[in-house]
Amino acid sequence: MDMEDTQKTDIQALQTQIDALKNKIAQLEDARKDQLSIAVVSGDMDKILAAMVISIAAAAMDTQVKLFFSFWSLSALRDPKKTGEGKDVISKMFGWMLPKGQGKLALSNMNMVGMGPMMIKYLMKKQNVMSLETMFKEAGELGIEIVVCEMSMGLMGFKKEEFIDYPHLSYAGAATFVADAGESSIQLFI
Amino acid sequence: MTEQELKSAVVARSVDARGTACPGPLLEAKKAIGSIVSGDIMEILSADEGTKQDIPKWCGKQGHEYLGAVEENGYFKVYMKKK
Repeated sequence: MDMEDTQKTDIQALQTQIDALKNKIAQLEDARKDQLSIAVVSGDMDKILAAMVISIAAAAMDTQVKLFFSFWSLSALRDPKKTGEGKDVISKMFGWMLPKGQGKLALSNMNMVGMGPMMIKYLMKKQNVMSLETMFKEAGELGIEIVVCEMSMGLMGFKKEEFIDYPHLSYAGAATFVADAGESSIQLFI
Repeated sequence: MTEQELKSAVVARSVDARGTACPGPLLEAKKAIGSIVSGDIMEILSADEGTKQDIPKWCGKQGHEYLGAVEENGYFKVYMKKK
């Protein structure tokens, strides 16, 4: 009889532990959304390319994608046909020195004064890899969100009116990235 | 499924993604999946070897059934069944 009682208590204790674990798992499952957040900081062609390939693959798998563009990556959002008005001298200088648009980005390696990107673009075309321009178009259709870091936009002297026409473009600060990344199951820094 | 079974499977939709590299084939598959109904089989034609690994991963995540791949002359046929 005594032994039966002990067994009962043991089973009850186990049951309590299992319930606690079940609750914990439910919490963990709720905490992270099926979402990918990338802080895109680099403005190198190869790194923007990597960010876009990963984002498109994620979006194709129905994962929500939020890209936070800041610093050098903002060059990739510049529309070569547009200009920003009312810039001071330093902002104008930045504007001249930084690549104007996706087509002008440099490679992080083997750039060779622009020869590298030309060769990569030739190879991409030959091997049917989507161009950066096509990737941004697909990204827009897939609902991939691009958030521009206001602070770095101001630092580099870029104006909103010189960015590309992208359907899901918004402007925010670092806290937005932290909040988005915090609820994403995948967070990357490129 | 065996190669023989795959080759004789009734395919509701064939997606020719041979003209595009990664992540093109996956994107083409995603765009086409809406046009078939549950239980239908779709085949994806791809010259990109990574597709053979990517489609099963996609199926696993979305709950579709991955059926297998067949190697053709210079490309692959990847088969899946919509959930």
